[in-house]
Amino acid sequence: MIPAQFDYVAPTSVEEALALLAQHGDDAKIIAGGQSLLPVLRMRLNAPELVVDLGRIDTLRGVRDDGDALVIGAMTTHDDVSKDPMVAEHAALVSRAMEHLADAQVRHRGTFGGALAHADPAGDLGAPAMALGAEFVISGAGGERRVGADDFFEDLFTTAIGDDEILTAVRIPKHTGWGAHYEKFVRVAHQWPIVAVAATVRTEGGAIAEARIGLTNMGSTPLRARAVEAALVGQPATEEAVAAAAAAAAEGTNPPSDLNGDADYRRHLATVLTRRAVLAAAGV
Amino acid sequence: MTRIKLTVDGASVADDVEPRMLLVQYLREKLGKTGTVIGCDTSNCGACTVHVNGRSVKSCNMLAVQADGAEVTTIEGLAKDGELHPVQEAFRECHGLQCGFCTPGMIMRSVDLLQENPKPTEEEIRIGLEGNLCRCTGYHNIVRAVQHAAGGEVTA
Ligand SMILES: Cc1cc2nc3c(=O)[nH]c(=O)nc-3n(C[C@H](O)[C@H](O)[C@H](O)COP(=O)(O)OP(=O)(O)OC[C@H]3O[C@@H](n4cnc5c(N)ncnc54)[C@H](O)[C@@H]3O)c2cc1C
Ligand code: FES
Ligand code: FES
Repeated sequence: MIPAQFDYVAPTSVEEALALLAQHGDDAKIIAGGQSLLPVLRMRLNAPELVVDLGRIDTLRGVRDDGDALVIGAMTTHDDVSKDPMVAEHAALVSRAMEHLADAQVRHRGTFGGALAHADPAGDLGAPAMALGAEFVISGAGGERRVGADDFFEDLFTTAIGDDEILTAVRIPKHTGWGAHYEKFVRVAHQWPIVAVAATVRTEGGAIAEARIGLTNMGSTPLRARAVEAALVGQPATEEAVAAAAAAAAEGTNPPSDLNGDADYRRHLATVLTRRAVLAAAGV
Repeated sequence: MTRIKLTVDGASVADDVEPRMLLVQYLREKLGKTGTVIGCDTSNCGACTVHVNGRSVKSCNMLAVQADGAEVTTIEGLAKDGELHPVQEAFRECHGLQCGFCTPGMIMRSVDLLQENPKPTEEEIRIGLEGNLCRCTGYHNIVRAVQHAAGGEVTA
């Protein structure tokens, strides 16, 4: 399968890329790692006139320490993020989610920003971004703006990024010393989860002091399990207490029904996986 | 048409290509390197795996224009002076194939895996080959071949 014809440019700066987007509007499409876009183009589900490749813009790549946050360049590959020692130390939940994201070849090309911009509700990075309170740095003609995770994901495959804008980086507030676990339920290798739960917790003397929980594929966007987060505060990190809090995991969700399972099954999975994820994050 | 220049299996090549041309098409149709095969065309099977700047990628899921300036190695570039690469040799020795269709991709991925992790455990090999599907072998002898190439104990 071969994509429909398009023109191609590979700008070397964000300014140049923004000028191209401003000029071509929604006839243009950004390509990052191409791991989601190329299958779409090959199936001819989309046929842009112009493809703007961000792959030659070096400033979009790499992880940087910015005081109380890590800044992950949008074009940093999954492989590079998964091996980054700063991410492992200050945002362990991202490292955990990376462990079972796609396969090695896809991780060598796919990018952190591309996966989040794609906003597949079954994508593995949205829930960790929600749980860690990530901020999305978006550049456009009017300059730069920051959008919080709660406002970034708008709907299935839809984010706050405008047609003429670029996601340049994602800021992750440091969660140094927090335990983390990503519990992914999947039937086959290297694929998207049926449901997954991203949990990160701070424990103090065997009790849970703070918890942040993100849900994957439990609605049209990644979600926070706020009821569980609230219920966990001050609880002992025991099987019983965590299971009781996790029972609320499906509250306020709207999971899809498909060949992999119906909505009720997913709601059940969410409670089970939340219990497992929180216990593992707490080191139990 | 876009002009691209790259190195493929050690040789410099330059061509005008349509931007929509996939790297795998470029390798097979322009350069005649049919050793790299297309298995699924949906970026799932890994049969088309090649190295771009030393890292394994699925060449059906990359545009030829994205490989401009890169160093590409295919299965055809692994043997040196008529001598099989140790991983190729190990697949032969351990009978790591039946129909052989997945083999170019399996070998290219295994070479990259061993570069990164020269002494992988059986589980690390199985996870490392997650993106490569085989319809024949049940993976057993493929895992053995990688263990053999790594010079370790063959447990699979
Ligand atoms: C076989 C296979 C298995 C996979 N398994 C998983 C999995 O288990 N879990 C998972 O989460 N994902 C999985 N993926 C998807 C993978 O994570 C992709 O890498 C990711 O979804 C897209 O990243 P990319 O850099 O390739 O983006 P692209 O495919 O290049 O782009 C994706 C979309 O985002 C837009 N975009 C990209 N970058 C920007 C930017 N900086 N600013 C604005 N818009 C932008 C593009 O225009 C496009 O619409 C899999 C993919 C494959 C092929
Ligand atoms: S042909 Fe490329 S992954 Fe199957
Ligand atoms: S040997 Fe036939 S597909 Fe692997």
